[in-house]
Amino acid sequence: MKTWRAAIAALATASLFGTAAAAEKPSELRVGVTTFLSGPASVFGEPARVGAEMMVREINERGGIGGVPVRLIFVDEGAGGEHVVSEFRRLVEQENVDVMFASISSGNCNAVAPLAEDLGVLNFMWDCGTQRIFEEDDYRYVFRTQAHATPEMLATLLYLLKAKPDFQTIAVVNQDYAWGRDSWDIFSTALRALKPDVRVVAELFPRFGAPDYSTEVTRLAALRPDVILSTSWGGDLDTFIRQAAQRGLLQQSTFVLPLAESSLERLGRSLPPGHIIGARGDHYFLHPEFRDDPDFQGFMEAFRAETGAYPIYPVFHMSQAIAALEAAYLRAIEANGGAWPERSQVVDAMAGLTFQGLGRPVTIREDNQGLEAQLIGMTIHVDEFPFAVLDDMVIYDPRDITTPVGMNSIEWLRSLTPDFVDSVRIDRFSHAQ
Amino acid sequence: MTQLSWLHRTVILALALGVAVMPTLYPWSQVLLTLALAKGLAVLGVVVLLQAGQVSFGHAMFVAIGAYSATFLGRALGGGDLVVVLLGGVLTSVAFGLVIGVFVVRYRYIFFGMLNLAFSMVLFSLLEKFFHITGGSDGLRVLRPTLFGQSLDRATFEGILFYLTLALALGLGWLVHRYLQSPLGQALSAVKSNETRLEYLGVSARHVLLVGYVVSAALCGLGGVIIGLVQGLVTPELGYWVRSGELVFIAILGGASNVTGAFAGALVFEVVRTYAAAFAANIWQMILGGVLLLIVLFAPGGLIALYGNSVKKLFARTRTEP
Amino acid sequence: MTPQLALLATLDGIAYAALVFMVAVGLTMIFGVMRILNVAHGSFYAIGAYSAASIVLGLTAAGMNPWLVFPGLLLAAVGVGAVLGTLIERLLLTRIYTKEPVLQLLVTFAVFMILEDVQRLVWGVRPYFAAEPVYLLGNVQVVGIFYTAYQLILLPTVALLVLVGLRLFLRRTLSGRLIVAVTEDREMATALGINAGRVFLLTFVLGSTLAALGGALASPTTSLVPGIGADMIVLSFAVVAIAGLGQVEGAAIAALMIGLGRSFAVYVMPELEVVVPYLVMVIVLLIRPEGLFGVVERRRI
Repeated sequence: MKTWRAAIAALATASLFGTAAAAEKPSELRVGVTTFLSGPASVFGEPARVGAEMMVREINERGGIGGVPVRLIFVDEGAGGEHVVSEFRRLVEQENVDVMFASISSGNCNAVAPLAEDLGVLNFMWDCGTQRIFEEDDYRYVFRTQAHATPEMLATLLYLLKAKPDFQTIAVVNQDYAWGRDSWDIFSTALRALKPDVRVVAELFPRFGAPDYSTEVTRLAALRPDVILSTSWGGDLDTFIRQAAQRGLLQQSTFVLPLAESSLERLGRSLPPGHIIGARGDHYFLHPEFRDDPDFQGFMEAFRAETGAYPIYPVFHMSQAIAALEAAYLRAIEANGGAWPERSQVVDAMAGLTFQGLGRPVTIREDNQGLEAQLIGMTIHVDEFPFAVLDDMVIYDPRDITTPVGMNSIEWLRSLTPDFVDSVRIDRFSHAQ
Repeated sequence: MTQLSWLHRTVILALALGVAVMPTLYPWSQVLLTLALAKGLAVLGVVVLLQAGQVSFGHAMFVAIGAYSATFLGRALGGGDLVVVLLGGVLTSVAFGLVIGVFVVRYRYIFFGMLNLAFSMVLFSLLEKFFHITGGSDGLRVLRPTLFGQSLDRATFEGILFYLTLALALGLGWLVHRYLQSPLGQALSAVKSNETRLEYLGVSARHVLLVGYVVSAALCGLGGVIIGLVQGLVTPELGYWVRSGELVFIAILGGASNVTGAFAGALVFEVVRTYAAAFAANIWQMILGGVLLLIVLFAPGGLIALYGNSVKKLFARTRTEP
Repeated sequence: MTPQLALLATLDGIAYAALVFMVAVGLTMIFGVMRILNVAHGSFYAIGAYSAASIVLGLTAAGMNPWLVFPGLLLAAVGVGAVLGTLIERLLLTRIYTKEPVLQLLVTFAVFMILEDVQRLVWGVRPYFAAEPVYLLGNVQVVGIFYTAYQLILLPTVALLVLVGLRLFLRRTLSGRLIVAVTEDREMATALGINAGRVFLLTFVLGSTLAALGGALASPTTSLVPGIGADMIVLSFAVVAIAGLGQVEGAAIAALMIGLGRSFAVYVMPELEVVVPYLVMVIVLLIRPEGLFGVVERRRI
């Protein structure tokens, strides 16, 4: 059986590349992208798809990567885990894709990472949050072109500790699924290490996709915690914030919302000033360091013209994956003396690679984890926008807040002490500046 | 139809042979076919109950039970052996099937369906809820088992799993066929046609149905174990009600009266879904829904009936020709 | 748990139950008359909600009198129920009344799958939110906690009106009585010359309108995202099964049980919140398979 297949594979390779040792320039660079096109998470998956198409169009207009145009093939993660796994196989083995971007869902990242390793295909985990994958195994073919839950939560907590150092009580309202649980594990572990005197007064995990949070809002209104944390996203976060706003809860407690950058525009003015917002990275359509850059501005407006909304963090994550793709290929071509590289050469080029999407540059660490800066800010209402924007922004240096190589996130967070808060490198920005 | 049975057998064998050689021609199809056959095993379970006229809206729960129990077992054993993991998953499904079956076989039709749905939703919610044990919605990684102590690389393991699943599909398909022909199986269809008469004959309908229920749970569990192993991941979604609906959908697509239909339906379903999702990612659900509508409205006997009719026509034509 | 908290939990439970009831009662009526478990019922809820949100956002954007949003919600529900309900009943369901129940169920499952994608094609994947009606009605204070009048007063009132209205309609009007007659004994009713086709159409449109109304009334308080229909349909199944198939008043009580069970769980055992509806369903069905208020079916010999 195996010899048969090996023979066929050899035949296919021979006919594809001819007999020359160096790879010939292919007619196109094929990239498989798993993203949510259906289901509730398509609020992230759709904008990312549109963004990817716009960015690739731009690359192809200037001649592609190293003269080779890029083609994207999308897989709907909303069709379920087994669909993603079998489509991943089909794209790699039949469509012969060069690189895979997978995925948004942490569950799918878990399933696909070992698969990519076994198939020997370069895979970028472009959006999933789970911190576990590189902490549990070593990979050659799998890279993460963004941060993971630990720096995202830690940055949020550090901001909170500076912005509201005296808070005594906190409640959490997270979606009842892996992300909601994991992110609270990380946040609460770090909180116990950095400010042990805080009391957790309620841990609520309403159903994923719950249409109504009245009971949670009532209970929180009765408890009056100083701070309410919610790592929810999409429709769930919108519903929770609106129902809380309608009933005055946002006047009573400070909300900490590490994913709310993706909801700002939809929430409009119902999100009042003075609440803490994160973006899973330094992702913000008014990024304080780039908002005057014509390319950055141009993309933001073009995206808005195409979709009716400003880009949200998954679009930025996608831009990083595409930037990594281009940077890796250009580096591999250079290393290959200008000739089109073998796939293994592209994988080699990933080591220590630095690339820049729509945010600050990201660097790949020796454990294949990307070091991505984190931007956290406080809501403010301004005249130019009919929705809350960010003020008092802080950008955190990823080297300080990302779990060190070879360590387990939870153990690392436990080892932190309160003086860690002042030891991290930050840059401050205001909206007006 | 007996004069045709040689034809049917040849067709089934030819199809099985066709499936068996597909992966050598198109390596990527191996995973798809394994998944389809595994799903076919689960659908076979639903088909058994359909003989008794009972539709379960919750049978994906046994798929999830099989998949999760095999995963837990494998993790406890540091991977475990393929045979142990398969048996463990199936036996757990049988145990659950027996316990749940004792309750649900007292009910018929809509109540039977609803109660199964209720049990499956409780299980689904618990799998999502007990995050620290089940990994919540991200699910659990399935460790690759050994085979008789031999550790395998992915390609070999998947190859073995594919041919094993194909063999199981043929073997169990034949066994279920025999079971449905047996007095116990005939009694199952009597539950559908006239249960009271059955009881006048001194046969306990509940007992008959319980046996069928446990058989169906075992088949779904087996399918679940294989799906988990191929996917390398188990998630609560395996047991969601939409998945249960899908199993019934496939049973009808293939033809509910027939063992072969389960596998034919599963293969066609997977292929349609894969291509619909690949080439019309925005509307794959709509395409599947459309196929289902067409089948129910114009070919309620499913693919098997379509095949049977065309064979009949063929024979009729050869006979009228001089 | 203090009496105060118990009061709060009760109020939350009622508001939630009101919405669930409106959807479930439509489902149970359709089943009672047509003996079809309509999986596509959840799609009516979703499409009703999306249409209502579009109308409310449209009215607000056009700068019309804000109070017009309330007739707008109603219009969305009736429009969806009448147009989509009639189309589906006439074009599809009439072809399958003589088929096996499993085929009927699968047809509605197919419609559900198709409508899921239709929603996405029409409204996209961005969450919709049209909170205008909630802001118009303002807040009410109960033991120091703010509630929206919309959830605390309007929703339960509408649900109560629906319940009373349905009761009167079914008992006092000719069409209503025909529906009851067909529910109780279809063969006898048709033998007596009742036009079952008309009754089926009427019931289906009415039931669908109720689902769409549930969606329309939910739209000001919840984000509309792909997949809301799938969740609502299982919840309504639970209500219908607990109450007993075809039971209108029973559905109200079952919805209350689920609503209160859920809100008390948030205070007492938050971990159980998700499982509550299905646990109640399993327990009730194990003790009384025909549901709390259901009638035992006669067995045919």
